[in-house]
Amino acid sequence: MRLKLLEQKIFRILMIGASCLVLGVLLMIVYALLRRGLPALSWEMITTVPGGGFYLGKEGGLLNAIVGSLMIMAGATILSLALSVPVVMFLNLYLDKTSRLAYLVRLSFDVLLGVPSIVYGAFGFMVMVFLGLRASLTGGMIVVSLLIFPIMARAMDEVAAMFPKEMKEATLSLGATKFEMVRVVLRQIAPGIATACLLSVGRAIGDAAAVLFTAGYTDSIPTSPGQPAATLPLAIFFQLSSPVPQVQDRAYAAALILTIIVLVLSVLSRWFAHKYQKNKVS
Amino acid sequence: MIATSLSSVLLREEVSAPLELLHAPNMDAATLKVRNLNVHIGEQSILRDVHVHIPSHKITCIIGPSGCGKSTLLKTFNRLLETQPGARITGELLLNGENIYREGVEVIDVRKRMGLLSQRPCPLPMSVYENIAFGCRLHGTRGRRKVMRKVVHYLQATGLWDEVRDRLHTPASRLSIGQQQRLCLARGLAVEPEIILADEATSALDPISSRIIEDLFLRLRQQYTIIMVTHTLSQAVRIADHVIFMYLGRVVEEGPASEVLHHPKHKLTQEYLSGSFS
Ligand SMILES: Nc1ncnc2c1ncn2[C@@H]1O[C@H](COP(=O)(O)OP(=O)(O)OP(=O)(O)O)[C@@H](O)[C@H]1O
Ligand SMILES: [Mg+2]
Repeated sequence: MRLKLLEQKIFRILMIGASCLVLGVLLMIVYALLRRGLPALSWEMITTVPGGGFYLGKEGGLLNAIVGSLMIMAGATILSLALSVPVVMFLNLYLDKTSRLAYLVRLSFDVLLGVPSIVYGAFGFMVMVFLGLRASLTGGMIVVSLLIFPIMARAMDEVAAMFPKEMKEATLSLGATKFEMVRVVLRQIAPGIATACLLSVGRAIGDAAAVLFTAGYTDSIPTSPGQPAATLPLAIFFQLSSPVPQVQDRAYAAALILTIIVLVLSVLSRWFAHKYQKNKVS
Repeated sequence: MIATSLSSVLLREEVSAPLELLHAPNMDAATLKVRNLNVHIGEQSILRDVHVHIPSHKITCIIGPSGCGKSTLLKTFNRLLETQPGARITGELLLNGENIYREGVEVIDVRKRMGLLSQRPCPLPMSVYENIAFGCRLHGTRGRRKVMRKVVHYLQATGLWDEVRDRLHTPASRLSIGQQQRLCLARGLAVEPEIILADEATSALDPISSRIIEDLFLRLRQQYTIIMVTHTLSQAVRIADHVIFMYLGRVVEEGPASEVLHHPKHKLTQEYLSGSFS
């Protein structure tokens, strides 16, 4: 009896301790970001591109990286959606549960998910060198879309597998083809798709390794898809390696901006998921 | 109290559903003949040597104890069963004399000629309007105007129009269960089938809502052939013209309602009707 009580107590302490640790780390990150980033964060920082002496701590801002990151994120998400929706629909509507092909495709999702982002970057870089292309906005979008594809496809596959059998039968009974059924499935899993997108945009906007060689870095805002584009993670990386303290502070400002963007996106997608939840039939 | 509200509902129904508007398929409603039907799922034999003849413009009720294969039989009619992994179907199913299991028959066409209503209503994840428009569009109706006219028409036919006219664009999942079931019926009718298949379509409904559906079937009988599975004998007595009694995957007795329900020939049927087993 005593022992049992002791055991319970120990577990309680462990659980509370672990929870506190997680919360503590989170708070420390936020504190560090705010402490060093907030003073460096100014209107200028988010509305102007780097000026002549920016990397010595003088005038200019991070608009190039903010816009570049948003463009690459949006482009990569759209590309990845365009790829994963057909694949997931094919897996779930056209193939049997026992199909070997379906098994292999799902296995490849898992493998792709495990590939580190620097490998995607290196692969993209190799292909671009082979094709004689420079680092560019398009290159970054394509490589980042490859990076997030397995995350998106797996999350979507999970919700698509839960499409109710009754609804499938009801749709088929109306004389719908499998292709016409896709619309019904997409409506039903819309909240799941929104979540899948959120999971992947968080990854898309935060990754430095994939864009290092494929999107490049520049002080101006790209005006055509062939130009290189700056990104926030790289802005953090470059500025953090500067010996000038003001520039280092700006790295924290960039990190703060990145965090805020991810936060806004997650709130938006929650709202979106909720909006489409109402159509869902449970 | 219930009686008055029931009659008021029915009365409203009468007024709101100008059924003569319903353009019947030009031909007479279809007949269905089943010859020597056998169904296996995996190694298990589900239906054995089924022979039945379903008359047109009649309500045919399929009765029998749970697990005897009623739903399975219904799903072979619109070729839904073959989407089940491991299902094997042999035999002939003649829709107006044409075998729908013959090679070269378009499954999609067969399914459009039947409207299946399931036990639990299953609205599609879209608005009330879209639920019916979806079926119309599958059937080839194009253009906002035409689709809208059909949606209104079938909502009226199922007596749902007055209840949902102000919320055509709210999600169908917000309707009550009884309303959802009528919506599913409207959706099924919107593909202009010849036969209505209803699998215990009223079992999830309260008595008033099921009476509304029954009443609807009685009137739809003029244009359609109706086949329904029911567990409620009193329902069969109320609306059946023709009755099929099944037991363990076989059809034991089949014939006009007056004979099968009131003067059953077979011992099993007698036992089932008297409630010796269920
Ligand atoms: N996918 C399946 N695999 C194996 N057996 C099945 C499958 N579907 C149905 N069966 C079996 O087929 C038999 C008939 O099932 P069915 O659903 O047609 O019965 P039912 O008469 O509709 O019963 P209820 O009145 O309970 O709805 C049952 O014994 C059931 O276990
Ligand atoms: Mg059943």
